[in-house]
Amino acid sequence: MADAQTTQAAVIFLAAAITNNILLSDFLGLCSFIAVSRTMRTSFGLGMAVLFVMACTTPLNYAIYHGVLAEGAPLLATDLTHLKLVVFIMVIAAFVQLVEMVIERFTPVLYYNLGIFLPLITVNCAILGASLFMLEREYDFWQTVAYGVGSGLGWALAICLMAGIRGRLQHADVPEPLRGLGITIIVTGLMAVAFLGFSGMARIQ
Amino acid sequence: METLLYSVLMLSALGGLFAAALLIADRLLTDYGVCEIKVNDREPLSVEGGCTLLDALYANRVFIPSGCGGQGTCGHCKVTVISGGGPVLPTELPLLTQEEIAGGVRLACQVKVKQDIEVRIREEYFSIQQFRALVASVRALARDMRELRLRLTEPDRIEFRPGQYVQVEVPARGGPVHRAYSISSSPSEQGEVELIVRLVPGGVGSTYLHNVEVGDDVTFTGPYGEFILSEDPDTEVVCVAGGCGIAPAKSIISYVYERWPERRCTLFFGVRTTEDVFYRDEFDRQAGEHPGFRVHYALSEPEKGAAWDGETGFIHLCVDRLLAADDRPRQAFLCGPEPMIQATEEVLRAKNIPDEMIFYENW
Repeated sequence: MADAQTTQAAVIFLAAAITNNILLSDFLGLCSFIAVSRTMRTSFGLGMAVLFVMACTTPLNYAIYHGVLAEGAPLLATDLTHLKLVVFIMVIAAFVQLVEMVIERFTPVLYYNLGIFLPLITVNCAILGASLFMLEREYDFWQTVAYGVGSGLGWALAICLMAGIRGRLQHADVPEPLRGLGITIIVTGLMAVAFLGFSGMARIQ
Repeated sequence: METLLYSVLMLSALGGLFAAALLIADRLLTDYGVCEIKVNDREPLSVEGGCTLLDALYANRVFIPSGCGGQGTCGHCKVTVISGGGPVLPTELPLLTQEEIAGGVRLACQVKVKQDIEVRIREEYFSIQQFRALVASVRALARDMRELRLRLTEPDRIEFRPGQYVQVEVPARGGPVHRAYSISSSPSEQGEVELIVRLVPGGVGSTYLHNVEVGDDVTFTGPYGEFILSEDPDTEVVCVAGGCGIAPAKSIISYVYERWPERRCTLFFGVRTTEDVFYRDEFDRQAGEHPGFRVHYALSEPEKGAAWDGETGFIHLCVDRLLAADDRPRQAFLCGPEPMIQATEEVLRAKNIPDEMIFYENW
C-alpha cells in the first residue's frame, strides 16, 4: 500500500510539473509571469522563489487545515473550514515576508532584482491555487508535498521557457501593434496548447 | 454561536502566532550588530548595522553629497568601498562606469552596512558641516516659487563657492529625509543663505519649505557641489537656467559683479509662461548697472495674446540664436531639468566651449 502511495505521489509530482502545469493549464499566476519574464536572470530568481514558497506553504496549509480547521481535527473538533481562504492567505503572506527577509539578508542582488515582485508573490494566485486544489482533490500529506513542489517547479519552468522565448522575440520582426504584451500573451497561449499535448498522460484528480 | 467564537479565536491565534514568528525572524535576520566603518584611515566609527552607508556616515557627522536624498538617482554620493560593501547592486549599475565598478566605487545610499566596512571619501567632504538656521524672510516669487532667507545660528557663518548647494533636513515619518537646494545668495553674505524652492506636488522637501514660516528652525548640511567659477576676469560667464535652476546662476552673477564690475556675463533664463517669470526687476537693474551683463528670458509655452517682450521657445534654441560663437575664453553653468541640460550642452559645445568649462547640475 505504501508503495502504491509513493508511486502515486511521484505521478502527481510529474503531472503537476508538466502535464497539468498550473500556469499553462489553469492560467494561475499570469500577472507576475508576464511582468517578470523579460530576462532569464530575474525569471529564474522569481521562479525559484515561487517554487520555494509553494513547496513550503502547500504542506503547511495541509497541516493547518487537517490539524485545526477540519471537522474533527485533533486540535479543535469544531468545523472551521469556512476560514480556509483567510487562513491560507495569512500563511502565504507570513511565509513570503520570511522569504523576503532571508533573501535580503543572504542575496541582496536577487532581492533588488526581484524588487516589487517578491512581496507580490503573496498575491500570486498560483500559490493560493495550489493550496485550494490540494484540498479539492483530497490529497494525503505526501501527495500534497509532491503536488506543491511539482506545481512550483512547473511554474518556474514555464516562466524560464517564456524568458527564453522573449529573449529571442526581441530580435524578431513582430508586427508593430503586437509588440510587448500582445505577442507575450499569444506566445503564452501557444505554450499552453503545446502543454495540452501532454494531457491525458496522467490523471491527478 | 460557538462556531463564530471559535472562528474569531482561531483567526486571532493564528495571526498572533505568525506575527510572533516574523518578529523573531526579523530580530535574528536583520540584526547585524555593531559594525565599524573606517573612513580614510581615521579612527573607525561604530554604528548599528542595517542602515545605509550614507545614513551611517551622516549620523557620525560625515556628510556625503547626495542631490536626490538617498534614492539612488543622482550619483553624487559615490565613495570607494575597499572592503565589506558586498556585491554591486542593480540599483547602482546605471550610475557607475565600468572603471568605477572595477575601482570599487559604490553609491553610499545603496550600500547597506552589514559588516565592518572600509571606505575612502574625498578629503574635502570632511569640511562639510551641519548648520542650524532661522527662517528670516519668505517671499513668493511666482505661482509655485518661493524665496527663503535662512539666518545661520549655529555655526553662524558659512563659506561656500558661488553655485554650491545645501541639503535641507526635512522632518518626515520614519526619520528625516534630505533634499538638495542650491544657494541663490552671494558667498559674500556669510551669515545668511537664500534658497529658491519650487513647490513640487507631493514632494516632501518642497512642501516642507513652502510651509515654514518666519522664525522657524531649519537644519541643513553643506556646502556641496562642483561648480568652480574661474577667477580670471577675462573669462566670460554664461549661465543657463530653467525654472528654479536660476538659484546657482543668481549666486554666481551676484558674486561676479561684486568682484569684477566690468566682467562679461550672459544669463539665459527659461520659464514656461509669463506667470512663471520672476527676478526680472533684479536682473534688469543689474544689467543697467553693469554694461557687461546681458539677460535673456525665454518662455517655452507663451500664452496667446499675453504681453511679452522677451524671447520665446526652448531655452537651448535661444542660446543657439543669441550667443555668438567666438574663441574668447568662456565658462558655462547650467542648472535645470535633465533634457534642458542635455540640449544646451550640445549647443554650447557647438559654440566652442570645451567640456571642462561646462558645469551642470540637474534634478
